[in-house]
Amino acid sequence: MLGSLDARIPAGSLDSKWTDHKFSMRLVNPNNKRRFDVIVVGSGLAGASAAASLGELGYRVKVLTYHDSPRRAHSIAAQGGINAAKNYQNDGDSVYRLFYDTIKGGDYRAREANVYRLAEVSVDIIDQATAQGVPFAREYGGLLDNRSFGGAQVSRTFYARGQTGQQLLLGAYSALMRQVAAGTVELNTRSEMLELVMHDGRAVGVVTRDLITGEIVPHSAHAVVLATGGYGNVYFLSTNAKMCNVTAAWRAHRKGALFANPCYTQIHPTCIPASDDFQSKLTLMSESLRNDGRIWVPVAHEDGREPHEIPDADRDYFLERKYPAFGNLVPRDVASRNAKTVVDEGRGVGPLRNGVYLDFSGAVARDGEAVIRAKYGNLFDMYERITGEDPYTVPMRIYPATHYTMGGLWVDYELMSNVPGLFVLGEANFSDHGANRLGASALMQGLADGYFVLPYTIGNYLSDFLGDPALGTSEPVFADAEQAVADEMNRWLSIGGTRSVDHYHRELGKLVWDYIGMARNKTGLEKAISEIPALRDEYLRNVRVLGSADTLNQSLEKAGRVADLFELGELMARDALAREESCGGHFREEHQTEEGEAMRDDENFTHVAAWEWNGEGTPQTRHREELEFENVELSQRSYK
Amino acid sequence: MSSEINLTLQVWRQPGPQAEGRFVTYEASGISTDASFLEMLDIVNERLIENGEEPIVFESDCREGICGTCGLMINGQAHGPQKSTATCQLHMRSFKDGDHIVIEPWRATSFPVLRDLAVDRRAMDAIIASGGYISVNTGAAPDANLTPVPKETADTAFDAAACIGCGACVAACPNSAAQLFTAAKVQHLNLLPQGQAQRWARTEAMVETMEEFFGSCTNHGECEEACPKDIPIDFIAWTNRDYIKAKVKNRKLAG
Repeated sequence: MLGSLDARIPAGSLDSKWTDHKFSMRLVNPNNKRRFDVIVVGSGLAGASAAASLGELGYRVKVLTYHDSPRRAHSIAAQGGINAAKNYQNDGDSVYRLFYDTIKGGDYRAREANVYRLAEVSVDIIDQATAQGVPFAREYGGLLDNRSFGGAQVSRTFYARGQTGQQLLLGAYSALMRQVAAGTVELNTRSEMLELVMHDGRAVGVVTRDLITGEIVPHSAHAVVLATGGYGNVYFLSTNAKMCNVTAAWRAHRKGALFANPCYTQIHPTCIPASDDFQSKLTLMSESLRNDGRIWVPVAHEDGREPHEIPDADRDYFLERKYPAFGNLVPRDVASRNAKTVVDEGRGVGPLRNGVYLDFSGAVARDGEAVIRAKYGNLFDMYERITGEDPYTVPMRIYPATHYTMGGLWVDYELMSNVPGLFVLGEANFSDHGANRLGASALMQGLADGYFVLPYTIGNYLSDFLGDPALGTSEPVFADAEQAVADEMNRWLSIGGTRSVDHYHRELGKLVWDYIGMARNKTGLEKAISEIPALRDEYLRNVRVLGSADTLNQSLEKAGRVADLFELGELMARDALAREESCGGHFREEHQTEEGEAMRDDENFTHVAAWEWNGEGTPQTRHREELEFENVELSQRSYK
Repeated sequence: MSSEINLTLQVWRQPGPQAEGRFVTYEASGISTDASFLEMLDIVNERLIENGEEPIVFESDCREGICGTCGLMINGQAHGPQKSTATCQLHMRSFKDGDHIVIEPWRATSFPVLRDLAVDRRAMDAIIASGGYISVNTGAAPDANLTPVPKETADTAFDAAACIGCGACVAACPNSAAQLFTAAKVQHLNLLPQGQAQRWARTEAMVETMEEFFGSCTNHGECEEACPKDIPIDFIAWTNRDYIKAKVKNRKLAG
């Protein structure tokens, strides 16, 4: 049984914690580093940066990714930018301000110490990426350009057109491939982690399935690092890539790793609305568009006119009206809920009345089409390819969609889970964004964890095991885990039901969106808790997985991932039900102000909820980590 | 406005890397023109599964045209008929009722077929590993604004860096050459001040690694036409220039 959760936050003042802690942590000397094996699962920003950095230090690193190349990881799709407290714009930014904005943006549900460290190392990330050749946007004088993002009143976002995630990932990937060539990193592509292997209460390895041959492979190490992304695909329709899933994190959860704050999911306000039933995913339009686009709907319900026929007096620029200080740049959760409100009122636009306008006509008139094209050209092109409409002349239609998940495996200050030897980085952990992530902060966190936090903290753990070889893969714990994977494959192939995996994934997504989406209430959550397991039971009885396990079999791959999403969806509902307050992305309809804003309950819920697996069919146990705010005063977030 | 169309598909099916492949014909009826090309294949696969047939294996991930995972030869064109568009961003409004569509994997010796429409593109990673980086260890970087980079230079480097590594350039090339992919990475780094220290070593290593795996460029320009990110073949010319210089400079540095 677990005691109270201790995040092991160092003592001392906020601005000296990380510096002091780096000095107090034990080191592994350069000659000894090569005697330690580290497994990194995932090759996105967090995984690639961690693996490259560990390889440079001399550790023996093994990277496991289910992609055909590390460069495919979903970090590649991040568009807008990356925050850093460089204050190059001389507009009053500082490490403390980035810290403060992130804590406030997270609705006071993140750890002060973690967030401060994130803000501190943010500046190093920009230096590192620039040195790697990341082609950030520049001013004519040759210095770096910035733009502003939601939830901030300074310009601190560095960007590379609308493809910042791509360029940062290619930077981390190039650093990784350099280590592959140097022989410090062994790269295993098309290898999906399906089991975490434990020995004496520690993480000692993983078991993977080779997606091409079906071979089940054991991997042992002194430490395991999961950098496997978020679980947004529990909604089926999301901006996540098709293969994104929770399986690696969930299999660790089933072995004892606590899953924290699963109900904190982020709905991104600017996505292209769904057009039909066969829709396979939703496409994000970068939040940076809110710098120049104005969001509006008609004042009148079911106004049938074309947008250009509606005069200004008949338009409701609802964000500018309600939040004059931040206007269209309010944080994502606020922008999303307000869009939902006007659509629910019957003022939505487009053929299905499921969107709001994001209008660039003012910006085009002010700056000229060439300037707008230079800033957002690729986004506008993408919008036109998908919808067949030209956003230079017709306002874009946008609607919120699931984009990011703040919840994830619980980690302490050193990014280690409650399972010794299991570290979790990037979106896969729960650590830095509280109940809501600010724009351009995901790239910052993934790279902070991988480049500048884990390479220090992992040594503090490994130094205990100097001279101990990693456990051999011939040990029974590995054989058991391999057998579990083989049994699972056979189970899927022998069900012989009638409906596809995708069919059930889509049905699950509808339940999760309806009951655990942008707004939640007790009745809906209780329904989710009964309906999700019922659908899961049907799934386990009636799913149809054809083919065999010894070949490339995409249905078989998806079958296990969707099963894990079912269990996660149920836990999200339990977490959302237990959290009797509204905060950030978690909006409980029972807890709102008269103006419809989220109402926190700081007295009872200033804590992290971390859930412990109790075996199949038994609900998880909810543990708490109390959040202490020593530097920031908790207040009602106001962006007015 | 959306409408529904009926299509006949001829799809390459191949059970495994060593197995014989063949074309199989499928009717794809009632497909909305608002569907993407891959959503059309999703629908066909749903129907196949319901009929007890194994679905067509094809790869995709982001479905936003940025991850480079997808890539199909559609009627002989890499990524299909729409210019500057990856397969996942191609929509069925580019086709009309009654169309016959031939769907194949990338065809190149260095991209062996794994199953159906999925191929192995690891040779591209090998090119990157041979020199597609700037050697800077984590933590060793100076302040980002220490070295100004002219905006035009940064923009051109970005144009090269926009490559998504999909392999369409190789698939479209009659020689299965990977010059456009390689040149895009070489020039992204060679153009920037940060990339100068390793410019000549990088160029020689990457070009020669490329030649181990891929065919030779004979200036057909099919790669540029097929590239979903509009990467211009100018980068190939610049890389050829850099390669010649590199051969001389590297020898001089060595001796």
